[in-house]
Amino acid sequence: MSQPSMSEALRGVVRRDLLLAMRHRSDVAMSVFFVVIVASLFPLGVGPEPAVLRMIASGVLWVTALLACLLSLGRLFTADYLDGVLEQTLLIPQPLAVLVVGKVFAHWVISGLPVVLLSPLLGLQFGLGGDSLGVLTLSLLLGTPTLSMIGAIGAALTLGLRGSGLLVALLVLPLFVPVLIFGAGAVTSSLAGIGSEANLSLLGACFLLSLAFAPWATAVALRIALE
Amino acid sequence: MFQTVSLSGSRGERQLFSDISVTVKPGTLLAVMGANGSGKTSFLRMLCGLLLPDGGAILWQEKDIRQLKELYTAQLTYIGHLNGIKDELTPVENLKVSAWLAGDESSGAIVQKALEAVGLEQSVHRLPTRVLSQGQKRRVALARLWLSTRPLWLLDEPFASLDVAATSYLTQRLQSHLSNGGMVVVATHQEIALPTDSVQHLRLAR
Amino acid sequence: MGINWFKYSSPQAFHPLAGRMIPWFSAAALALIGIGLYIGFFVAPTDFQQGDAYRIIFVHVPAAWMSMFLYVIMAAWAGLGLGLNARPSFMMAQAIAPTGAMFTFLALLTGAMWGKPTWGAWWVWDARLTSELILLFQYIGIILLRASIDDLRRADRASAVFALVGVVNVPIIYFSVRWWNTLHQGASVSMTASPKMAATMVTAMLVMTLGFWMYSIAVTLARVRCVIAERERQPSWGKNSSIQEVAEAR
Repeated sequence: MSQPSMSEALRGVVRRDLLLAMRHRSDVAMSVFFVVIVASLFPLGVGPEPAVLRMIASGVLWVTALLACLLSLGRLFTADYLDGVLEQTLLIPQPLAVLVVGKVFAHWVISGLPVVLLSPLLGLQFGLGGDSLGVLTLSLLLGTPTLSMIGAIGAALTLGLRGSGLLVALLVLPLFVPVLIFGAGAVTSSLAGIGSEANLSLLGACFLLSLAFAPWATAVALRIALE
Repeated sequence: MFQTVSLSGSRGERQLFSDISVTVKPGTLLAVMGANGSGKTSFLRMLCGLLLPDGGAILWQEKDIRQLKELYTAQLTYIGHLNGIKDELTPVENLKVSAWLAGDESSGAIVQKALEAVGLEQSVHRLPTRVLSQGQKRRVALARLWLSTRPLWLLDEPFASLDVAATSYLTQRLQSHLSNGGMVVVATHQEIALPTDSVQHLRLAR
Repeated sequence: MGINWFKYSSPQAFHPLAGRMIPWFSAAALALIGIGLYIGFFVAPTDFQQGDAYRIIFVHVPAAWMSMFLYVIMAAWAGLGLGLNARPSFMMAQAIAPTGAMFTFLALLTGAMWGKPTWGAWWVWDARLTSELILLFQYIGIILLRASIDDLRRADRASAVFALVGVVNVPIIYFSVRWWNTLHQGASVSMTASPKMAATMVTAMLVMTLGFWMYSIAVTLARVRCVIAERERQPSWGKNSSIQEVAEAR
């Protein structure tokens, strides 16, 4: 009888998803283009005055990243659910929560990491400079994986349901609010000269808390969805 | 040794079956038969632990599978209605991943041999699975059985969409698995060409 | 107590019991809310700063409290349902959600009604109102999630999971929104800076809260009866139904 070790199973899951993403390179591009386009809508809507843009930058960029994460959640489990790979994943003799971390990690590398890497450029477009650019990037680096992990719960709960796109948004946005507050707050406080350590630490705490609980809740939700 | 004790199940509003007790000894195959909608798939999914029964228990080596959890799923290979393969990957890649995740041999050469054993020609091994026919995709899904070293196989209508040649390959593979002391539970419409002393039947009727 | 409570854990037995309890709770609710409103609107003194407009607080604060209590209780039933795999627990959670949502909405509405005469705006983004708003979203999420799932068992368990996730989120929301409020100075209006509480005011609020409790129990029991009746129409209820009943029910 053979059985994969936990790290082997984790690596297998991550490798498969990354391999799939390479066959669908447009997925990566989509998140990036979405963020760029939406972020550009705000100056068009609000006016190009630099002072105003700098004031709304943290909120706008954070909400945009949040919406990008939200929209990408549909791709997390649905394909696997439809072709039977998900039920096979449930039968792997390792804790499902660990495998969920693997899937979410791969998903974040495809949809979240590009946004983090792009954020300095977007920050510049909004007149952020120096320190606050760094804080923006760091906050998104901590925040986007947290959002992905929390979002996975919603994606798992609504697997295969009609209208699941909107329903996921409704379920998951209240859960996103603290991350948004601390993330955007970090940039705002950096701009105000107060120092962003407090907000960033809280953001870090959110990350750790979600890492501890969200994959487990997602695993429970997946089993329910696959009954 | 594998058995169910007074198993009963329902799906949504319908009660599917009740009080099913069967024992599957090493070297035997249990053929679960019944009309469409009689609960064969649900029955199999309960045996996997994917679906909770309404009542009764499923025992592996006399222990409840609900307590064994991963210790139990490490003993089984399940191939359901859905193939469990990715359209964007090639048959070789699909099988390598499946084997890796199952802890089986996953080297390129062995995987190719498994694909050939199930009747898939070399020429399609490295095409994206998307372009293969239904029957070919089913063969890719079933190729896992040639790599699996697990004792219990749970198969949901494995012969569907297989041609005569593939059917005989699969039957041979099942036979050698049974000869090695393995157990198989198959949901099927058709009779399986195996020696009668190694086959039990379970008919699910509403 | 000599009563065998487990007898009532089957929905078929609980249905008539609930029916007998409803009138008592309704009467208590009517009485207490009536008394509370009377004290709040007529007996309690006019506030030094805010005049008579502040009296809406006697509905606003108890409603906000109820919205929180009910969420926690709903989550507790949900957790019980998941832990024991017990359908009655899920039914209780299902019955509580709409009432909780109603109280949340009431809190928001009365908050707006308070805000307008006091600060001139129908809506202020203060910590408590914003938290209530997010709580309302969570309630609506649970109700819509359940409505979107056809399979009863999956609906029960999925909404239970979300209720539990949400209950963990509630304190985090309260903390983070308070944090957000202090970060953005200039939001000097705060409903937590409520008028100094004379003893009659506190009494009125407690009486109202108790009245709302009675109301919630009455309404939840009524709703649970509806849920039981609805589910009992489905033939696979309980292991005792035979195939014969399945055929007859069609």
